[in-house]
Amino acid sequence: MLPDCSDPSALSGLSWLACYLTTGKHLNFYGSFGTVLLLLLVTAPVALALGFGGAMLARSRVAPLSWIGRAYIAVVRGVPDIVFFLFFVIALDQGLEYLRHRIKCPDWDGPVYRGSDFVVCDAAKLPLSNAPQWFHEAYGFALAVLTFAIVFGAFAASVLFGAMKAVPRAQMETAEAYGMTHAQAFWRVLVPQMWVYALPGLSNLWLVLVKASPLLFLLGVEDIVYWARDLGGSKTPQFTDYPHGDWRMWYFLFLLCFYLAFTRLSEIALDRLMRRLTHGQAIAGGEAQRKAALGGAA
Amino acid sequence: MSCWDTLGAYALRSLGYGERALPTTDFTLCQQATLIGSGMIWNLYFGAVALGAGFVLAVAVALARTSDSPWLRRPAGWFIFLFRGSPLFIQFFFAYFLFLSLKGRFDWADPLTSAWLGATLVLFLNTAGYSAEIFRGALQAIPRGDLEAADAYGLTGWTKFRRITFPTMLRLAWPAYTNEAIFLFHATALVFVSGFPAIQQKGDALYYAQYFADKTFNPFVPYPILAGYFILVTLSIVGLFWLGSQRLNRHLPSPSGRWRAKFQVIR
Repeated sequence: MLPDCSDPSALSGLSWLACYLTTGKHLNFYGSFGTVLLLLLVTAPVALALGFGGAMLARSRVAPLSWIGRAYIAVVRGVPDIVFFLFFVIALDQGLEYLRHRIKCPDWDGPVYRGSDFVVCDAAKLPLSNAPQWFHEAYGFALAVLTFAIVFGAFAASVLFGAMKAVPRAQMETAEAYGMTHAQAFWRVLVPQMWVYALPGLSNLWLVLVKASPLLFLLGVEDIVYWARDLGGSKTPQFTDYPHGDWRMWYFLFLLCFYLAFTRLSEIALDRLMRRLTHGQAIAGGEAQRKAALGGAA
Repeated sequence: MSCWDTLGAYALRSLGYGERALPTTDFTLCQQATLIGSGMIWNLYFGAVALGAGFVLAVAVALARTSDSPWLRRPAGWFIFLFRGSPLFIQFFFAYFLFLSLKGRFDWADPLTSAWLGATLVLFLNTAGYSAEIFRGALQAIPRGDLEAADAYGLTGWTKFRRITFPTMLRLAWPAYTNEAIFLFHATALVFVSGFPAIQQKGDALYYAQYFADKTFNPFVPYPILAGYFILVTLSIVGLFWLGSQRLNRHLPSPSGRWRAKFQVIR
């Protein structure tokens, strides 16, 4: 049972720790792990969809479309992802506000950028100044998800583009010989077969995404890094019932262990998935499985 | 103030020379380009030192990882797992607060809390972890015939390593190592947003880009400038490593066709 936490100064040892670790702020801290997991779960499919679109654009036979797709893939390589994160989160916000500004206040004249300020009319503000607190937080989180998805969509596009090229040419030729149209061959032959070539790259991408998730902190979301800094800082008795020294090191050690465990578990799960997908495929991995099965039987 | 004056005032601002006060109003394109470029000095410093020192440690760790003795193999495996399995961002934070608490107890830990030493140390260990994994893969991919030929010539120990194992490993690992170098230089942008303070506003390129974006509320100027600088760095690394591959593969036929940079966008 939990000890009685009403008078923390009288507590000591383990019961103090138990009370300390269940304060309201700590519950927020634990909740922020949910925020991070939610970000990963929402971002991964959105980024995959963007990546699929990007890869399709890049292999389009219409030259300008292909350039757009290739540029989307190429530009993320030369520049650190953190730069994109910081750029997009402001740029998206301003872009949305500017669009709303043009629609809602058409008779407002004067430039939007004024010296050191970005000015739109009140009705175009996002979120509106009278919006509830949860809407502010949800809007910030949505911007962060979109930013992550755009950056990781480009990574995914490059992986999927490579995977589409890796599907043996003979498969597509066979499809054409059967009289399939270009679209039919793409959806019925290329797409089902490319996943096994894409999976190593996508697994790696998932691990990179997991390791990029603490950057949420820089996008202004109250995530685990935010709370670890907040809770770990030294507290004096005037402001809290649980005074302590600078414990940020221990909080970040905890986060470090959390991420180590998370990546390890992901690796194990992805390994299993890979083994299942290569089963029966005419590639080296599938061949090795077949031989191992034969060896086991003999 | 002309652009030349700005260049004189701010070109070495990130190191603490020149004009003390950063511009606060009427930002010109020249000021932004100069200050962000000045910050790049730090990025180049972090990247170059970490890459150079990390290379040596990475080779040692990779050799330990592939050695027969479990007393060497296990710790090397843990080292690689620790630095590859956790985010660099969290490593920076943890290291900074660790150094901060060491500083209170020991005198020698004093410089560790400043970026020039502390952040370089973290980057050095991090890149050593990633490169060690690359080199481990390359060590295991050395053709057995090469090693047997070395044995046949009577090469053993250090001579065999220096003349056969090491050059072959380097040749095999080179494309992946080029990528690692690019990612390392990109990772240097994290230093001043992850705990380490920019004392007297002496920060890296991202620090100044953020400064301008905050002041002007216009991200469309400083961040593209920053991106341009990083693209230049990336292209220079590719060029330098291409020269390196020319030297590594100079005994092979048609050296120009040998090495194709196989670009990955992810680490």
